[in-house]
Amino acid sequence: MSIVGTVHELSICSSIADIVTRHAAGRTVLVINVRAGQLRQIVPDTLVYCWELVSAGTPLAGSRISVEPVPARIRCRACGQATDLGEVPVFACGGCGGFAVEVVSGEEFLITSLELAAEREVSG
Amino acid sequence: MGRFHRHGDGTVHDHAHAGEHAHDVGDHSGYATSGDRLEVLERIFDENDKTAAANRAEFAAAGVRVVNLMSAPGAGKTTLLRETLARLGGQLRVGIIEGDIETSLDADRLAGFCAAIALINTGTGYGGECHLDAPMVRSALPRLPLAELDLVVIENVGNLVCPAEFDVGEDARAMVYAVTEGEEKPLKYPVMFRSCGLVVVNKVDLLPYLDFDMNGFLGNLRKVNPVAEVLPVSARTGEGVAAWCDWLIRQAP
Repeated sequence: MSIVGTVHELSICSSIADIVTRHAAGRTVLVINVRAGQLRQIVPDTLVYCWELVSAGTPLAGSRISVEPVPARIRCRACGQATDLGEVPVFACGGCGGFAVEVVSGEEFLITSLELAAEREVSG
Repeated sequence: MGRFHRHGDGTVHDHAHAGEHAHDVGDHSGYATSGDRLEVLERIFDENDKTAAANRAEFAAAGVRVVNLMSAPGAGKTTLLRETLARLGGQLRVGIIEGDIETSLDADRLAGFCAAIALINTGTGYGGECHLDAPMVRSALPRLPLAELDLVVIENVGNLVCPAEFDVGEDARAMVYAVTEGEEKPLKYPVMFRSCGLVVVNKVDLLPYLDFDMNGFLGNLRKVNPVAEVLPVSARTGEGVAAWCDWLIRQAP
């Protein structure tokens, strides 16, 4: 099967692997919590699937990505009203209809935290 | 307190003691660590954006302006560039960075116009990439005589989703949009349309044969990007190509 030309989730997974590997520092990662804004065009199922491909055969195999979606929200520079973008994103103020708006959420894309496996240590 | 949590089911837990574990790794010695939540808070595009900044600095040092040209497959980027190079020769020294998944077909079509062309074959990643990222563009820079150029056009991979996500160090973003793509695309791919300062509406020579509603398209574009410039063009007949070339000349220093 070919998924060429459709998804950027694959290369995103490579970036995620680099970051996770650095932070985990050898500990076993169970879950990678990712916060993804609506405007980042991430398809959560695709990200999860691509992660299986990218992590297979690495120390991160078996870990899972959990995506926390963040809706897109704009604020009007003229009247200050905040408007949530719907399914069809119209970048206009829901109050006055103005187009001078700024995006206040929906563009974030970060790894928030890792769930690590329990480590039994004898010391202490 | 929750020393041996089970996370094997993969559930996301919000530990009551998450705060006290929100330190970096390395200082766990001396006590038994449980299934922890380790705070990361790192932007996934950080590495790409750092490289993009390095590219941008290198372009600026060489005194060259860079346009990232994006579109769906088949919108006519390469044909437009061929017409562009034919007209700009002598006015502007142009370099092209060409992103293509498997072939050098597009670069072959641009050869012979006295432009410096660097091909990035993106087929080497995991099954090929659907976009250019900043490291890929960086890899092409040694193959372009930047100091001798006024303008570099990056012909991105044909795709309306992925290229919009990756800053590659460009100064401006432009799109080629074909009237054969219909009126709705700005609403379906708002991130791409919103990120561009110019939308070249190509293939206008086909308008008499299509039901394309130009005002409907422009209305949809305004809903996601009220400030984008729009240039109607036919790369095939040459209509509007001069205005596009003028836009490019305005980008150059």
